[in-house]
Amino acid sequence: CCCCNEVGCKPGADGDDSLYPIAVLIDELRNEDVQLRLNSIKKLSTIALALGVERTRTELLPFLTDTIYDEDEVLLALAEQLGNFTMLVGGPEYVHCLLPPLESLATVEETVVRDKAVESLRKISQEHSPVDLEVHFEPLVKRLASGDWFTSRTSACGLFSVCYPRVSSTVKAEIRQHFRTLCSDDTPMVRRAAASKLGEFAKVLELDYVKSDIISLFTALASDEQDSVRLLAVEACVSIATLLPQEDLESLVMPTLRQAAEDKSWRVRYMVADKFSETFVSLQISLCFNCIHSVLTIWLSDLCLLCPVSEQELVSDTNQHVKSALASVIMGLSTILGKDNTIEHLLPLFLAQLKDECPEVRLNIISNLDCVNEVIGIRQLSQSLLPAIVELAEDAKWRVRLAIIEYMPLLAGQLGVEFFDEKLNTLCMAWLIDHVYAIREAATCNLMKLVEKFGAEWAQNTIVPKVLGMANDPNYLHRMTTLFCINALSEACGQDITTKQMLPVVLKMSNDQVANVRFNVAKSLQKIGPVLDSNALQTEVKPVLEKLATDTDMDVKYFAQEAISDANVEQRLVQQAAFIFPADQTCCSLAGSQDRSEQRNTVVSITACNLMNSRIACTNPSQTVSFPNFFQPDLHAPVHSLFSAATQIEFDQTNE
Amino acid sequence: MSAISASEKVDGFTRKSMRKAQKQRKSQGSSQYRTQSAPVELSPLPQLKDAPSTEQQELFTQKLQQCCMLFDFLDSVMDLKSKEIKRATLNELVDYVSTNRGVLVESTYPEITNMICTNIFRTLPPSDNPDFDPEEDEPTLEASWPHIQLVYEFLLRFLENPDFQPSIAKRHIDQKFVLQLLELFDSEDPRERDFLKTILHRIYGKFLGLRAFIRKQINNIFLRFIYETEHFNGVAELLEILGSIINGFALPLKAEHKQFLMKVLIPLHTAKGLALFHAQLAYCVVQFLEKDPTLTEPVIRGLLKFWPKTCSQKEVMFLGEIEEILDVIEPTQFKKIQEPLFKQISKCVANPHFQVAERALYFWNNEYILSLIEENIDKVLPIMFGSLYRISKEHWNPTIVALVYNVLKTLMEMNCTLFDELTSSYKAERQREKKKEQERDELWKKLDELRLSSAALVQNNSHGLPSVQNNNNNNNNNNSSNNNDNQDTRAEAAAVPTDNKVPDAGVAASESTPCAK
Repeated sequence: CCCCNEVGCKPGADGDDSLYPIAVLIDELRNEDVQLRLNSIKKLSTIALALGVERTRTELLPFLTDTIYDEDEVLLALAEQLGNFTMLVGGPEYVHCLLPPLESLATVEETVVRDKAVESLRKISQEHSPVDLEVHFEPLVKRLASGDWFTSRTSACGLFSVCYPRVSSTVKAEIRQHFRTLCSDDTPMVRRAAASKLGEFAKVLELDYVKSDIISLFTALASDEQDSVRLLAVEACVSIATLLPQEDLESLVMPTLRQAAEDKSWRVRYMVADKFSETFVSLQISLCFNCIHSVLTIWLSDLCLLCPVSEQELVSDTNQHVKSALASVIMGLSTILGKDNTIEHLLPLFLAQLKDECPEVRLNIISNLDCVNEVIGIRQLSQSLLPAIVELAEDAKWRVRLAIIEYMPLLAGQLGVEFFDEKLNTLCMAWLIDHVYAIREAATCNLMKLVEKFGAEWAQNTIVPKVLGMANDPNYLHRMTTLFCINALSEACGQDITTKQMLPVVLKMSNDQVANVRFNVAKSLQKIGPVLDSNALQTEVKPVLEKLATDTDMDVKYFAQEAISDANVEQRLVQQAAFIFPADQTCCSLAGSQDRSEQRNTVVSITACNLMNSRIACTNPSQTVSFPNFFQPDLHAPVHSLFSAATQIEFDQTNE
Repeated sequence: MSAISASEKVDGFTRKSMRKAQKQRKSQGSSQYRTQSAPVELSPLPQLKDAPSTEQQELFTQKLQQCCMLFDFLDSVMDLKSKEIKRATLNELVDYVSTNRGVLVESTYPEITNMICTNIFRTLPPSDNPDFDPEEDEPTLEASWPHIQLVYEFLLRFLENPDFQPSIAKRHIDQKFVLQLLELFDSEDPRERDFLKTILHRIYGKFLGLRAFIRKQINNIFLRFIYETEHFNGVAELLEILGSIINGFALPLKAEHKQFLMKVLIPLHTAKGLALFHAQLAYCVVQFLEKDPTLTEPVIRGLLKFWPKTCSQKEVMFLGEIEEILDVIEPTQFKKIQEPLFKQISKCVANPHFQVAERALYFWNNEYILSLIEENIDKVLPIMFGSLYRISKEHWNPTIVALVYNVLKTLMEMNCTLFDELTSSYKAERQREKKKEQERDELWKKLDELRLSSAALVQNNSHGLPSVQNNNNNNNNNNSSNNNDNQDTRAEAAAVPTDNKVPDAGVAASESTPCAK
């Protein structure tokens, strides 16, 4: 109660500074407020420090062991702290003092606490000498492994592998026996824990025991009555396969794996599909070429089993998880199999999967098209591809739509402009008025990439009129899409189209009744400014921006002013450039140039050169870079590298 | 992507309901893995009632076998004729076992259970909606329900038939059968879970040998639900069955049952979806307490341990459960838990969420609870007073303030002198708390200083250390393990500043680092 706390506090406050009575510290650990208790536990190392190693061992640890009943959050913090406590109890020779509290923590119900306690136990197990490991640690593992309640037995599963390599052979035999027992435990929770540690345990075992013990456990767990156990066994398969010599794989692992691929539970089949490539890789590494072929044949037959080609065998949509996992891995197989095998074995599967009713399956196939393209070329697939694409483009899930948009530029590049105009263009335009913003945004970006691919002329004929037409749409979201498209397209379309066709539309929209549209006009003008010529900028853009800067809406005002000041800064920089390099012809002529994108490049490169020169001059005057050497009128790419070079030099400088 | 509607013109956004309607609702199939090839077309068999009694048995078996054929319900037009034949046959079978006597001869048991197993036991499909929220979303219904429903119906009639003999059936309705049945409780379809509930109840009633097994497996399901998956659709149904099972427990309660209460039912309160089964859970808990009142203290302490910290909705449920428990509590038990309990109630009363505060304040409308409080007013009032007094001045919600005034008035009437004392000492109490807070701060400050000064001490004393640390030739040391080593050696040096200890620490560090990964 509060009165006791009161009394308990006093000696600490007035008493001896160097010696903190444990009562005070423990009082803090007992505080009624969970948050305060938690704080104290988190500073447990400070408390231990104050007490010294001796009293930490004799007073603090027994206290912690006895008062394990607390909120899980506090216990979690305690379990974590104790993992780093070795030095605070006097180093490795005393590390076993930490075992009792951690043992109790490893038996609590809450999984996170238990897991953390096991993690700490694993950590400090390494600090035990081999003798201590057998005298103190291993008995603890045994006690946990034969505990009454399932929690201690689950915890034990995670501790076998850390002590096994460092104990005598008699103790090793006992550990193996305990692991065996837990693998056939009564409660599924323990069997799951054992199954999940099977691979890890196999790695520390001698090869003979892997063959005799692990394989039989693996087989037993893989045919457990609970699918949650079986699927964990499948997971362990990957590490077991890497341990065995190749000649044993076929007889020891493959039957179980094949059985798992045909399991009646979709969860198990899913796991097989999911681990497919991993297992495949581990099998491939350990097998010579001939074996690869036989394994492949097996896998392919399994594959056919899992993704049936014929209509009649089509598995119901419920194992879509399995199918979509497979879809994502089998595309990768084509590179391993080579052209002939791909056409013979995989192409029918791809085609069947492109018709699958589940969008994820189709999407996984389409999104991995590039692998197949490398091997057999996309033309083989294009006829089947189109209906799949069209359907995915209209899928009810927006993430599916988003994913297919992202593959549009790739597809457009591979299928060619005619095919695209004929079949896909309408889709790309429809996305612009999708009800999900992310789709509209992606559609905008997609248009930009398409223009980069097919050129400005194509854009002018096919895209620009439609985009500009949307400026009159009654839905303001669609009107804004026009602006976003213009932002994205202006650079790719070039000065002419931007000034003559896009700018008038943008300017007209500055009178829109929706404020969101108006401030986006201001933002757009700022964005496309560099593409416009100075004349248009001064005579058309400036007045509109100034008008917007007096808008009644706060946001419109703000963005208009931003745009104006941005334009001004640029203007000044250009003039400054001419001032810094008066002797440089290119520079001066560019500064007076009407092409605003050239001007901007000038500015950027000048600033970069300037920066570099001033830096280089400090260290090595002879290396000063002269501006024209660096400068090329078309500086799209180099500008970036210039800047990074300049900043790198600056960075080196500061470091010195 | 559809034409723009009037509502869109107003705010540009489509209504969520409209978009939902656009989504084509796909019905969910079972995940029955079809190892068999396409179903063979069924041909109708003669009616059982028309067959001569000598042939009825044979015909019954044939019909059972016919019903083992499974159909794809995802495709609603496929095998229409055969589906209809199976449906009619199942109907006839249901009728046959529920109205006739003497039809359940021993030889039919394997056929019957085989038909049932083939039809209902399947791995449940993954949810159609990956983030299915049972409280919000419509459940996905089982597509093959037209058949499965009749099979369940048949199973129920079979179990309820007066001729049904558990001694014969137990060879077929065994542990494996029950295990598969229990797994089906995860079905998203509430109709299916409802059938399963009645069926499991019957099995529990008729098969004494399976009782312990059933309880243990339900245990496992709950534990997996609480600590592993946090997902199981049939928790409420299983709890409902348990409610009646607990009711029948003999006294004194076995240790196994008490363990179930403390290690399973109480932790079930931590589940995210508590709202879905709280009523059934609270019923089970109260059943236990009515059986054995001595369990009250551990139960209430358990609830206090898992008291929700951020979820107001759950907090209201906990308060409801506490009230249910208080309704049946014995006065001696009340005395044992009043302090921790009222500390929590006092926090709830002061909760800024008015529903929580309101629910807690409603306790004072309960006559029995009032009588318990009155009996122990000298203990309860000092705990409650601070919060009530503060809330009466500070709470934003006028209803709460009004309720608090009433509660204060009731408490004042119970013990006027104590109330006056507490009122006058309220300020001094606050002062004392503040002072205590300061003292705590100072304590920790001093401890931190100690840590700092010992760090300085190490730096002064550390001339011997570098060479030792150089022995540590593990180059793969990452930063964090380095830091730990430094910290630990620092601690070591501060605590035991004798020189001969230091090399030990170094050796330990070099020994421990390779394994730290």
